[in-house]
Parts: sequence; C-alpha cells; structure tokens
Amino acid sequence: MTVTTRLRSGETRTTGAAPSRTRRRRIASLKAFLYVAPALAFSLIFLIVPTLQTAWYSLYDWNGLSVATWAGVQNYIDIVQDEQLRDSFLHVGVLVVFYSFLPIAIALLLTMVISRAHALRGMSFFRTVLFLPQVIASVVIATTWLSIYSPNGLLNTLLRAIGLDSLTHVWLGDFNTALVSVGFVGTWLNVGLCLVLFLSGVGNVQPELFEAARLDGASGLQEFFGITLPALRGQITVALTLTVVSSLKTFDLVYITTRGGPGNSTSVPAFEAYNRAFNSGQVGSAASVAVVLTIGILLITALIGRLQPKDTE
Amino acid sequence: MKLSLGEKLVTYLVLVIFAAFALVPLLGVVITAVSPSSSTSGFRMPESIELGNFVEAWDRGHFAQYIMSSVIVTITVIVVTTVLSVMAGFAFARLKFFGSNIVFFVLLAGLLLPAEAFIIPLYFNLRSAHVTDSYWALILPQIAQSLAFGIFWMRNQFMSFPGEVIEAARLDGATDLRTLWQIIVPPSIPSIMTMCLLVAMWTWNEFLIPLVMVTQDNLRTAPLGLAFFQGQHATDYSLLAAAGIIIAAPIVVLYFFLQKRFISGMLDGISSR
Repeated sequence: MTVTTRLRSGETRTTGAAPSRTRRRRIASLKAFLYVAPALAFSLIFLIVPTLQTAWYSLYDWNGLSVATWAGVQNYIDIVQDEQLRDSFLHVGVLVVFYSFLPIAIALLLTMVISRAHALRGMSFFRTVLFLPQVIASVVIATTWLSIYSPNGLLNTLLRAIGLDSLTHVWLGDFNTALVSVGFVGTWLNVGLCLVLFLSGVGNVQPELFEAARLDGASGLQEFFGITLPALRGQITVALTLTVVSSLKTFDLVYITTRGGPGNSTSVPAFEAYNRAFNSGQVGSAASVAVVLTIGILLITALIGRLQPKDTE
Repeated sequence: MKLSLGEKLVTYLVLVIFAAFALVPLLGVVITAVSPSSSTSGFRMPESIELGNFVEAWDRGHFAQYIMSSVIVTITVIVVTTVLSVMAGFAFARLKFFGSNIVFFVLLAGLLLPAEAFIIPLYFNLRSAHVTDSYWALILPQIAQSLAFGIFWMRNQFMSFPGEVIEAARLDGATDLRTLWQIIVPPSIPSIMTMCLLVAMWTWNEFLIPLVMVTQDNLRTAPLGLAFFQGQHATDYSLLAAAGIIIAAPIVVLYFFLQKRFISGMLDGISSR
C-alpha cells in the first residue's frame, strides 16, 4: 500500500512526465491495434463491405454483366408480390417447425423421461451417436436422404415391408410431400443436438434438488416443471437460436435434393438468392432477398437472445 | 442418487430408440455403399459385401483431386485462422487500445452474418480482382468467417488466464508478443486444438463458397465434387453412398477420437456468443 501511494504522489508532483506518458500509452495502443489489424482487415474486406454492397445491389436491376439500372425499392416490392419469392419465405415458416419446434419439443419430452440419464453408464456412447449427424457434411447428408426418399429407397422399402404399400411416395417429387420431406431431414439433424444440449443442462442441476423434491412427494411432472424446465432456460434459448437460424439458412439440402422443385414447392430464400444471382441473372432481386433474409436472421437472433436468463451470462 | 431399475430400463430404451433414429440413415448409407452398384433394384440387404464401389467412385469421381483441394484449403485456413485468432484474442482479452469496442463489434457482426449476406458482391469483387477460380477464392473468405469464431473463442480462453502470471512475465521484461507465445499459448494448447478441430470441420464441410467461387473441375473441394458427381450419377445410389462415405470419413474419424472436444466446443462456442 505504501509503495503505491508513494508512486502516485510522485506522479502528481512531476508534471513534466505527463506528455511522454500519454505518448507511451499511444504507442502501446497502436501496438495493440496491430494485433487485431489483420483480423479486422479480413472481416472488412470479405464480410462487412460485401454485406453493405448487398444492400446497395438490392436497389438496382442488374444481370451481372451489363450496366445496372436504378430500381429503387422495386426488388423489395417484388418479394411481396412475386408469388415464387413470397412462397420461398412462407416455406421457411414450415421449415422452422420441422427444424426447431419439433426437435425441441421431442427433446424436452425425452429429457422429462430420462432427466437423470447423464449419470448412467454408457451415456458418452449415446451422446456421441446422437451428436454424430452434426459433424457430417451437409452435402453428404443431402445425398443420403436423396437415396432414402428415392422410389425404391429405404423409406419406401420399410413401408412395403410392414404392409403400408399405399403410403409409399416419390417423396421429393410430389408437390404434397416434398417440403415436409426436406423439413424432416432437419428434425432428424436437430433432435440429437437438442437432446445432448438439454441432458448436459440437467447434468448441471444439483442432485439434492431432485432428492428434496422426491422427499416432498413431487410427481415426475411437478419435478419437470419445477426444477428441470427452469434449469434448462439457457439451453432452450441456445437450441432455439441454433435451430431457427439453421432453418432460415437452409441451402445445401435444397440445392442437392430438389433445387426448389417440384415447381417451386421447396424453394427457400437462400436458394432463391443463389439461383437468381448466379443462374438467372437477377442480381438485384437476389440481393434484396439476401437483405431480407439477413435482417430476419439478425432480428430473430436478437429476439431469442432476450429470452436468455441474465444469471447464466 | 440411485435410479430404480425401472427408471434405468426406460432411460436406456429411450436412448436406444433415438440413437437408432440417428444411426439408421447412416447405416443405410454404409449398406448401400457395399451393395452391388445398380440403379434400379433399390434398397435391400446385400448378400455379399462389395468394396468395388469405393474404388469406382474414387476413380470416376476424381475424388483424389477433390480431396487434395480440400486438404490444401483446410490446412491453410486452420493455420492462418489460428495465428490471427490467437493474436487478436490476446489483444481483446489483455491489452487496452483505442477503439477496441468498435473493432470488437465489427468482428461480432462477422459472427452473426449468414453467408447469403455477403456472398453475391463478394463473388463479383473477387471476379474483378481476377481471384475467382483459384484456391485463394476458397481460402480467404473461409478465413474471414472462421476468424469471427476463433477470436471469440481465444478471447474467452485468454480472459480466464491467471493475470498474475502475465504480470510476472511483464516485470521480467518480456514483451507482449513474447508473453503471448511463450507464457500464454503453451498452457492454452487444448483450447486452441478444439478451435482448430471446429474450423477444420466447418471448412471441410463448406459448400456454398466453393459452389459460387470456382468452376474449374480441379479446384473443386470434396463436398462440391460430390454435388457434381450426384448430378452425373443421379440414381446410382451405391456409388453416391461410397463417395459420401469417402468425404465424410476424415471428419467422422476425428470426431470419434475427439468427440468431447467437438461437442463441448460446438455447444460452448455457441452459447458463449
């Protein structure tokens, strides 16, 4: 303590040292900035500036080659009026149910039944298996399901084997089943993710809490709503963010399995943006779709982030 | 706390059902891949195991070339991302500098933006700079995306590093750079490894950037190669399955050995944003 006070009083007395100290601080600040400069340059050149350009592009009519003409907000009006674009955004609504709500609901239900599974032997094996789909390339996942949904694929074979021949479909080629089939792949992908996330959350709950609840004669349902669900709020927000954003970003799966078809029954915004920019020469329209999609993703991330309980941060 | 026998049974039953739910499609791929190649017969259990599909897919699909491209891109992205993330993460965690909040916010934006937000102008920018159709067009944007995650990951790691150790190094006259590489980095290797694994996985599996940036066959990465292979052999599911396994194998093998790192990395990395 005495040392620091002496130093401090020494500083106040020698006023002549002040300029050199600010300069030293400036040099230190500049040096520190050099540590982040390369990363900042990467972010600006490859992410930030192009993102701003996307907003700029969206106000033009441009085929990617000739001179662009000013279009104002016409591209945005088209998103509402053009049936194909409007549908692509509506399809995302269906995908959110399959990618996010269903997996979270199923995983929560399972967590209720097996809330103390994390303590069981062999849990690390189950965790590995349940999480496995997350690490496989989306293109491989897509070709896998393409094969499963094919006329003589695994799904139809199974249906025939149990005598449900009438239910067999050309799943991805039928207007009625294509979007649901694409969505179900999302359910398959995300159930494991949510379950692993929730079980790890329950693992953090002190076992005494459950024991106390049992001694008080709480039913399984009361235990779930009283202890498990509140403890999982953080994990549920994370799961919501992850799965909703992944459904909004769906591209690889649609590109490989259906290319938006049949008709445009499985088209999604990310696919429309890609297709218009790089195949059909409607760069301005593609950019406007990208802008709306980006704003949607940022808004939803922010909204869900608000649900996050403060104490876990 | 002890579980009753009944509870245990129910728990295992649920886990087995859902593990099977996750595994059946993947086992289906493996079975299809070792079945005789044909486009009409459909799915059935094979009478004999046939490994010829892997050879045929490898040869006809140019997968040696595609995997080579993927390896070049992935390794470059990992090395550059790691060095730059460690430096920037250190600066954000341990150094004070003017404008650090603004810079941090800019990098945070990079973490939240979907690829659709920037890919269209990025393509035209790189095309005017004559960079498209090169490995650079695959590597540079991928680094930019990976850095957003890497910096947050390393910053969190370095913020929990004991401050006294750093102070002691400073008092001994070590420069910031030396403190970073000789004092802070060595004990942080496990968390740097986790970051490398995740960046490797994301880069290896990336589809949109290669799809947009390259047209030459010899520059295609493995997933893009599979997409084109699928276009040519649309209904030869045995070949497609074999090709899919070849592409997924490197990351899946890494995952089986290091599953704890993958899972905790992906879940922590996301929830700490």
